[in-house]
Amino acid sequence: MKTVFEKTKGLTDKELHYCPGCTHGIIHRLIAEALEELDVLDVAAGIAPVGCAVFAYDYFNCDMYEAAHGRAPAVATGIKRTTPDLVTFTYQGDGDLASIGAAEIVHAAGRGEKITTIFVNNAIYGMTGGQMAPTTLIGQKATTAPRGRDEEHTGMPLRMCEMLATIPKAVYVERVAMHDIKHIIQAKKAIKKAFQLQIEGKGFTFVEVLSTCPTNWGKTPVEALEWLERNMIPYFPIGNFRTVEEGK
Amino acid sequence: MSKELWKGNEAIAEAAVRAGCKYFFGYPITPQNEISEYMASRLPEVGGCFLQAESEVASINMVYGASGAGARVMTSSSSPGISLMQEGISYIAAAELPCVVVNIVRGGPGLGGIQPAQSDYFQACKGGGHGDYKLVVLAPNSVQEAVDLVQEAFDIADLYRTPVLVLGDGMIGQMMEPVEFYPIPKRELPEKNWAADGTRGKRPPNIINSLYLKAEECEIENLRRYEKYAAIQKSEVKCETYNLENAEVVCVAYGMTSRVVSNAIDTLEKAGINAGLIRPVSLWPFPSGIIAEVAALPGVKAFLTVEMSMGQMVEDVRLAVSGKKPVHFYGRTGGMVPEVSAVVNEVKRITGEEI
Ligand SMILES: Cc1ncc(C[n+]2csc(CCOP(=O)(O)OP(=O)(O)O)c2C)c(N)n1
Ligand code: SF4
Repeated sequence: MKTVFEKTKGLTDKELHYCPGCTHGIIHRLIAEALEELDVLDVAAGIAPVGCAVFAYDYFNCDMYEAAHGRAPAVATGIKRTTPDLVTFTYQGDGDLASIGAAEIVHAAGRGEKITTIFVNNAIYGMTGGQMAPTTLIGQKATTAPRGRDEEHTGMPLRMCEMLATIPKAVYVERVAMHDIKHIIQAKKAIKKAFQLQIEGKGFTFVEVLSTCPTNWGKTPVEALEWLERNMIPYFPIGNFRTVEEGK
Repeated sequence: MSKELWKGNEAIAEAAVRAGCKYFFGYPITPQNEISEYMASRLPEVGGCFLQAESEVASINMVYGASGAGARVMTSSSSPGISLMQEGISYIAAAELPCVVVNIVRGGPGLGGIQPAQSDYFQACKGGGHGDYKLVVLAPNSVQEAVDLVQEAFDIADLYRTPVLVLGDGMIGQMMEPVEFYPIPKRELPEKNWAADGTRGKRPPNIINSLYLKAEECEIENLRRYEKYAAIQKSEVKCETYNLENAEVVCVAYGMTSRVVSNAIDTLEKAGINAGLIRPVSLWPFPSGIIAEVAALPGVKAFLTVEMSMGQMVEDVRLAVSGKKPVHFYGRTGGMVPEVSAVVNEVKRITGEEI
């Protein structure tokens, strides 16, 4: 019989713990496929965040690290500086990367660490139960913004791609989204490109993935996909913010 | 090799390089900047890497990554910076990653000052970060001993898969003393087959981790690590004694303070007063056994703990003496160093002598 589909070797057989309809799982698969297609699983090192993806170390079929909240880029720096041939990636949520770990991500980019960061922006703190994130939209309800995020009180959501794209050594910065098949395919291309540029030793590579959290958004999986498209994309436009192919 | 004059901080850095440390991550803070500066110029010569981190939070997490990948790695800082590292140190202890952290202690709390102090003893020996863990803590009292202990620290770290803290003070870091670099006795070290440095088609993935959501599992991990700590307590106690024979008053002091105290003991001897010294070299494991034995000697009337703090190690001395004899305390704080005459007077007060 002809095989038409196989699960990627980049993922273990461990059952994912994510809520139904959560797009974390799809993002895992895209990363795993990219690593497998580039044939680097046996020289890959991933760093799981503190957040819903904390157990990512059990899911990726390569050497893995669990970092303290927000510190994955610093851990990746230590790994990459001692073992430069390791294809090193961090997987981080918006609380992890844009709040508590804001310093670490900016300076990893500033130094041009030859790592790839996959930034999962679901506009909320998933793991701790739906508190406000630095990427929560104005008017969006969170358990710590019960009347909706108020611009006067907590400012505007941070756009990480736009910020990081100003950094010379950030050679690849792209925002993608998980709301339909077409965009998922685009996301896969961006993730693979980021790894490719890392392998070529170009510099810091960053892919922001707009993702859903049906559980804490209080929506069904389908409603969540629609909400992402209607509300997140207008504020967090998808597309490429920077590609420096020949940067060294 | 003959002796050469070395500044403490630079000697500590060179000792690390001689111990095979090729990676250093750190953030500037006085009075330990010479360690980073020395590493910045020296490590590229041995094919290693020095990197100035954006903060101590980042440096300790870079150490986490580097050690996880199997490298010999070090960071250093001074008190406020070590405070910032505590979360990372707790993760490193839990994930059982070998590394060496140097704290060249300055006066505190808060921003404190930049003069020598010993007020980070609690932080070093009683946890510092969250959770059930221990650090091996070594406290040199000369530049030569700092050089020896730093080299040994890397072996202890690798042997037990544990972070080791070398606790100096601003004086050790800044003063110059004659030093000889000789190879320290080699220990048999286990292979780092746990390192996450790429499976390279040879083994299943390794995971560097400290998360155990099931309470039962977390307890098992802690119990297992505490068996290791028990082995360290058995084999790694380091302690020096001076003039204990016939001592009526036994002083306990570590690091630079111990040198002030031994001078005081010599002065007292000339005045016909018998005092001795117990100097813990490993602050954890603490030499409680030796202190307890000495406390049981009939000739010993009292203990005097001398520290550059408001009294931190004295609590461990009291636990070890366990009520057998009175334990007195003398300390200076905030960066002030006890004077020989002050220690002499304290001992005289205890023996009821005229001051
Ligand atoms: C130092 C520290 N502070 C707070 C926490 C608690 N905490 C765990 S996950 C999390 C937020 C995660 O949110 P995000 O990064 O957006 O990821 P998500 O769960 O949404 O995927 C927080 C605050 C922690 N583990 N460590
Ligand atoms: S809480 Fe949200 S982000 Fe976390 S697994 Fe559930 S849906 Fe996904």
